[in-house]
Amino acid sequence: MSKQVVLAEDIAVMYPIGNLKNIGLKEYLIRKIKKQYPMTMFTALTDVSFVLNEGDMLGIIGSNGAGKSTLCKIIAEIMYPSKGSITVNGNVAALLELTTGFDAHMTVRENTYLRGAILGYSKQFLDEKYPEIIDFAELRDFQEFAFQQLSSGMKARLAFSIACLIQPEIIILDEVLSVGDGAFKKKSEAKMLEVINSGATTIIVSHSIEQVTRLCNKVLWLDHGRQLAFSGNVAEVCEEYNSPKHKDGRK
Amino acid sequence: MIKKYEKYHFLFSVLVKRDFNKKYNRTVLGALWSLLSPLLMVLTQSIVFTHFFGRTTPHFVVYMFIGNIVYSFFRQATTDGMMAIESNAGIISKIRVPKYLFVFSKNVVSVINMLLTLILLFTFCFADGMAFSWKWIMVAYPLLCLTVFNIGAGLLLSGVYVFFRDTRYFYDIFCVILMYFSAIFYTISSFPEHIQWLFNINPVFAYISYIRKLLIYSQLPSLRHTMLCLGYAAIMLGAGCLMYFKKNRSYIYQL
Repeated sequence: MSKQVVLAEDIAVMYPIGNLKNIGLKEYLIRKIKKQYPMTMFTALTDVSFVLNEGDMLGIIGSNGAGKSTLCKIIAEIMYPSKGSITVNGNVAALLELTTGFDAHMTVRENTYLRGAILGYSKQFLDEKYPEIIDFAELRDFQEFAFQQLSSGMKARLAFSIACLIQPEIIILDEVLSVGDGAFKKKSEAKMLEVINSGATTIIVSHSIEQVTRLCNKVLWLDHGRQLAFSGNVAEVCEEYNSPKHKDGRK
Repeated sequence: MIKKYEKYHFLFSVLVKRDFNKKYNRTVLGALWSLLSPLLMVLTQSIVFTHFFGRTTPHFVVYMFIGNIVYSFFRQATTDGMMAIESNAGIISKIRVPKYLFVFSKNVVSVINMLLTLILLFTFCFADGMAFSWKWIMVAYPLLCLTVFNIGAGLLLSGVYVFFRDTRYFYDIFCVILMYFSAIFYTISSFPEHIQWLFNINPVFAYISYIRKLLIYSQLPSLRHTMLCLGYAAIMLGAGCLMYFKKNRSYIYQL
């Protein structure tokens, strides 16, 4: 019996959509006094429950706005469920839109240390792994360049290289299994598979049903925040998802 | 707790370094500028105001300089603190990291900046013929209280700012008003009693006058004044923590 790694019980995520930051404090107070401020709650997820064991590979499928990314953020503990509970045992590496959060004016070297530190690496570990990161990202000649001078492909390469260095127990991939172009795409996918095959519990969000069927042993289907299916029978769920009935529903 | 500290110690040092470099834009003049700017300020003010208030106030230049550096420290630390969480939205919304670290980091940079201006202040004191006494060292106490106060204000404001982006404009206005009630270049004894209380409820003025007592009048401030400095810091820190703990999980939806 393998260890339980992620346990989600009746998770719901709700948050107000009042666009506070655009109307501002002044307008908010006036509306509050006039009692004209409608606070509508948006339900991003409701009644989501699933269990993942060590080594599982979960594919999350669903159309745009189904709550896939929200669920990823819940597992990564960036967001917290409004209802229900989530238990995560182990280090999580979440690869969500990798290139954000870098500092445009800092050099590649400084950004590597910054990102590494944010991901929880120690200084010693980074000192040791820094050459490896730079080599993997193929940025040896660009170490003292400001981050903003890099091409978007280079940025993605660097971000990927830093994030994939650790041996996480849980890895979350939101639409990123590979980054960059041509040769690097292959290299990054190989690296990713290496991490996954080392026994990490993996969660991938994908629009590619083919990919999910090929790689995953569990599948979670979300639709408008609701869980339509969670099953170990990946082929069956994917077939259902691909069936004309649901295809029409999605369009 | 200790484990947590160890985990985030390195991240914190990297953040401080980043914020410091950003502030000074990696130039030598950058750090120098932080000394030049208060120097120019006090020079201007001494030309303009010595004529009005200088005759009756001893060590008037030092008097103004204290007001200036304490007020600038407060203003800079709280304004930077306010932006700390929003300006790191790219990181906060993608990676799990304690958000308060960004506020702390900005505060550390402000403290370093303040310490630089403090050297300048002591130079002014010597130049003005004041003799060193152990009371100079006691200046650390109100500055420490103010640092705690700033961190509290930073935690509070950064939260409010996440929800309401116009907080910045209100805060700018607030700071200007506060400046006039900090008595930077005049003494409050020239005001009638029924106005003086406005100065006395201003925390920044409490810190300024504490330092003035120590340096200029070479007095030991009263116990009441000492406790007031601590009290303001504790209240502000409490308010900041309350905001942070109650709301920090909602920040993500607004970033």
